[in-house]
Parts: sequence; C-alpha cells; structure tokens
Amino acid sequence: MESINARFDIDWPGFSLAVDLELPGRGVTGLFGHSGSGKTTLLRCIAGLVRAPKGRLVFRGEVWQDESNWVPTHRRSLGYVFQEASLFPHLTVMGNLRYGQKRAPAPVAAEDRVSLDQAIALLGIEHLLTRKPERLSGGERQRVAIARALAVSPRVLLMDEPLAALDIARKREILPYLERLHDQLAIPVLYVSHAPDEVARLADHLVVMDGGRVLASGPLKETLARLDLPTAFSEDAGVVIDAVVASHDDNYHLSRLDFPGGNVVVAQRHESIGHPLRLRIHARDVSLALERATGTSIANLLPATVAEIADADTPGHCLVRLDAGGTPLIARITRRSLDQLGVARGKAMWAQIKAVALLGD
Amino acid sequence: MFLSETDLQSIWLTLRLAGVVTLILFVVGTPIGWWLARTRSRWKGPIGAVVALPLVLPPSVLGFYLLVTMGPNGPLGQLTQALGLGLLPFTFWGLVVASVFYSLPFMVQPVQNAFEAIGDRPLEVAATLRASPLDTFFTVALPLAAPGFITAGILTFAHTVGEFGVVLMIGGNIPGETRVASVQIYDHVEAMEYGDAHRLAAVMLIFSFLVLLALYLWRPSQKNT
Repeated sequence: MESINARFDIDWPGFSLAVDLELPGRGVTGLFGHSGSGKTTLLRCIAGLVRAPKGRLVFRGEVWQDESNWVPTHRRSLGYVFQEASLFPHLTVMGNLRYGQKRAPAPVAAEDRVSLDQAIALLGIEHLLTRKPERLSGGERQRVAIARALAVSPRVLLMDEPLAALDIARKREILPYLERLHDQLAIPVLYVSHAPDEVARLADHLVVMDGGRVLASGPLKETLARLDLPTAFSEDAGVVIDAVVASHDDNYHLSRLDFPGGNVVVAQRHESIGHPLRLRIHARDVSLALERATGTSIANLLPATVAEIADADTPGHCLVRLDAGGTPLIARITRRSLDQLGVARGKAMWAQIKAVALLGD
Repeated sequence: MFLSETDLQSIWLTLRLAGVVTLILFVVGTPIGWWLARTRSRWKGPIGAVVALPLVLPPSVLGFYLLVTMGPNGPLGQLTQALGLGLLPFTFWGLVVASVFYSLPFMVQPVQNAFEAIGDRPLEVAATLRASPLDTFFTVALPLAAPGFITAGILTFAHTVGEFGVVLMIGGNIPGETRVASVQIYDHVEAMEYGDAHRLAAVMLIFSFLVLLALYLWRPSQKNT
C-alpha cells in the first residue's frame, strides 16, 4: 500500500514510453538515463502534467489514474521542482512560498507535514523572503523553488533535474540542502537526473531508463553493481559504498573508513569517528593483481573474489564484478589483462583502488 | 474659446465611445485571446483570421455588413427589436457594437501574444501548487500578461478614437449621439471651415502622438518584469 505503482504507455512520433514500475514509498528514488530516455516524461506522467492515454497510477493506495479515473495535477498531493526554478516573477519569495502553502489542504498524517518555517529553514532562505525572484542568484532561486514545493506538505516530492541548469559552484551550494531533505523528511522523493554523481550521492533506489524503457529498478547499491547496464553508465560505471569514519591519522593526515568486508584510507576527514559517509569507487579506478602488491603507492588494496565478468563499453575493455567480503566492487580492465591474469569466476585476487570519491564534497 | 461647443461635444463623445469599447473588449477579447493562445484546435486558424479581418477590410465594407445585420431585417436588428431596444444604427450603442468588431484585433492580438509569451511552465507550476485552472488564470496568467493588457488597452482606445468609415456607415452624423471628432473634422472641411478643422485635427494629432509616445516610453520596462 505504501508503494507507488506506475504503468504508462505512450506512443508519440519519435518517442515512446513503456514502463511498469513499482517504486518505494520512502527514501530517494533516482530516475537515471540519458536525455531522451523518457525519465522526465515519466515524472510528468506521475505529476499529471502529461496524460498517457493508457496509464495506471496508484499512489500509496490512492488511484490517481486508470481507465475511469483521472486526478488532475492540482488535486494530487505532490511537490514538483522543475529544472529551471520557474518562480512567479510577480511575487516575492514569500509570495511564491505562500502560493502553494495556502492552497494545499492540511495533510492527514502529522509526520508528512512540512511547515512553511521548516521548509524555509531546511533550504536556508530566511534572508531572501522579501526579495523578488529577479534579485536572486540561480542557486538561490532553485532553493526557493524547492522550499515552495515542500511548503505544500506534499506526500511525494518530484524533482526534474533540479541542478542541471546550474554551474558546478551552484550545484555544490544546493547538494547539501538536498541531502538534508533526504535525511530529515519522511516523504518519498523521485529524483530525475542524467548525472551519475548526483544519483549516487542522493538516491536509495535506482531506476535506469533508456529509450523509454526501464533497464533496471532496484536498490541503489545493488543496481550500480550490476554489469548488464554499461550502456547507461559507460565510463561512469562504479559502485557506491556506505562507510563510517573509523579512525584518524593526524600524523599523515589520513582517515580510515570502514565498511562491511574492508576499509579504505582517504585524505583526512573533518567528520568525527562513527560518522557515516557515502563513497563512490569508479570501475576505471580499480585495477586487479594476483598477489598483494608491495612497493606500490596505491594505499587501498582489498582482497576480493571475482563474481562476474562482462563486456564494457569498448571492445578492448571488460568489467569485472568483485566480492570484497560482502561489498561489491567493479573493476574496468583491458581484455588483454583479463587473459594474462587468468581472471575467472571464483578466483581470489587483490583489488587496487586508485581513487575513492567521497560523495558530499 | 479655442474649440467650439460642438467640437468639445464631439471630443467628449469620442472619448466616451473609446472608453466603453475598450472596457467591453477587455471582457470580450481576453477569453478569445486566451483561447487562441492555448488551443490546439483546428479552429484556431479560422477564428484567428476572422478576428484579424478588420485589420485589412475597408471600414466601409465592415460598416455596410454591420448596418445590414443591425438593420430592421437583419438578425441583430430583429433581436434588438424583439428585446424592445429598438434599432441600433444611428445610435451611440450602435457605434459601440460596430467599434467592438472594428477594434477587436487591437485587443485580441496583444493579449494573445502576452498569453503565448508566458508559456506552459508557469501554468504547470501553479497546477503543482494546487491552483485550479481558473485560479491559475487569475493569479498567474493575468498578472504575467499585464504588460500585454496595457498595450492592448492603449491600442484599442487609440484605434477607436481614430475610426471614421465605420462610424459614418453605422452612425451617420448626429450631434451628441454619433458625431465623433473624426466626423466633426470632416464636416468642418465640407463646410470650408479650415480653421476649425485645423484646431480639432491638431488636438487629435497631439492626442495620438502622446498615446503612442506613452506606449513606446513604457515598453522597454517590460523586459524587466
């Protein structure tokens, strides 16, 4: 009853969408794919901004669309953040925030309630309330747009590439706020993005789309560790690991991060011991060795067992999925190395990790 | 006195006519402009063309058809007679009805352009913020299209002030009832009163210039909204 069931069939000239999905009713679901993959159209169908003729949408037990029912967008309990902030230019920031808030019925469940003050505080826009949108920076506008969507106390938050129109500095400005939403709000979030880093950082559940079809849908870590989705990720293939800060080495300015089955050492973190951190290890940053290498500058060496081998995005490479004590890793190596090292399923090897990306920097 | 009593009367009548027509067209033209801006119907082209007709039609042609329609045997004439309103031609309200048709494109087209310029996005945003379509129209579409409405109002008013051919066909030349400024100037010229014609013509010239000046001076500020 808590899930979101969506089935849509669209057949437009030059574009088709055929999805049948069950999405979790909590946490952040990343809808990932290249432009034209149908992820935005799927989100617009869920919002009721596009009416797929043969669609069925059941939101947490509430029918929003089927053969005989159609709930128009303004009666769906959702918040929507568009790629461009799309603030109303004739209203102040406060006027924009209040526009939806005063029209929305009070939510039934207290845990779903987001007060205006809470939305303002979450996005850190207290100092902007009296300004007109034209007097805001791009990042500030998008923060106001997110707060405006939250202020209606939606039962689901739909975000359509909210960072895509922003430069890197603005993205860095907003990402921490998105993480706060993830940590502090009970409502599910559907987050459309073509940026693997954003999805890896924010999502709990991942839907990979291509050509209007769903290639995969599952928990983020499992789905990223799959080798049959290389067309979607190509050289951004890699895994996400949830780790905790285990110890600090003040002498060498390093920190050790532990996760099930191993640990990695990274440049010193400011977080205290026990703090959770999400890591991303790209397949291109993992190489394989038969024995534990000595005389190498690579600090992070993990024993791992080969679990699966698959083709990569170029004919000269392949992807190897490893099991490092329960934590999956993917290595992208050349086909020649594969043969020379005799890499095969079940073989015990050493994974050499050249770089660890900490999501949240 | 600079202008004669009848000249002033004709100016007052002209302003009254233009004001009433502009107000009526705000009410009539807005839904037409909205429909033309938003519809995907195949009737968009034909309806748009009908609205634009007065731009190219000789005023005498439009006036002739309106005269026939509003006359004793025309459908509109029979309706007004049945309602006990009498006949519209050669009355002030006959002029109003004729001018509404004549000035329609000057209201509809700027309003339509303004609505089109808003695009779908603000309306979608309003829908996701729980605003019904009617609510969205009044709280988002109208405020965002406001500059277009000001342009449309000024153009409609000014164009109605300047009309001549339709007035002559429908209204004739009744002092205080249908003799507007443009007709009054024509009368002066016919009567060889060139001095009087000059004075009234100058007033009209200055008025028209000031209206257009206001429009052009005000226009650049639209970009900031």
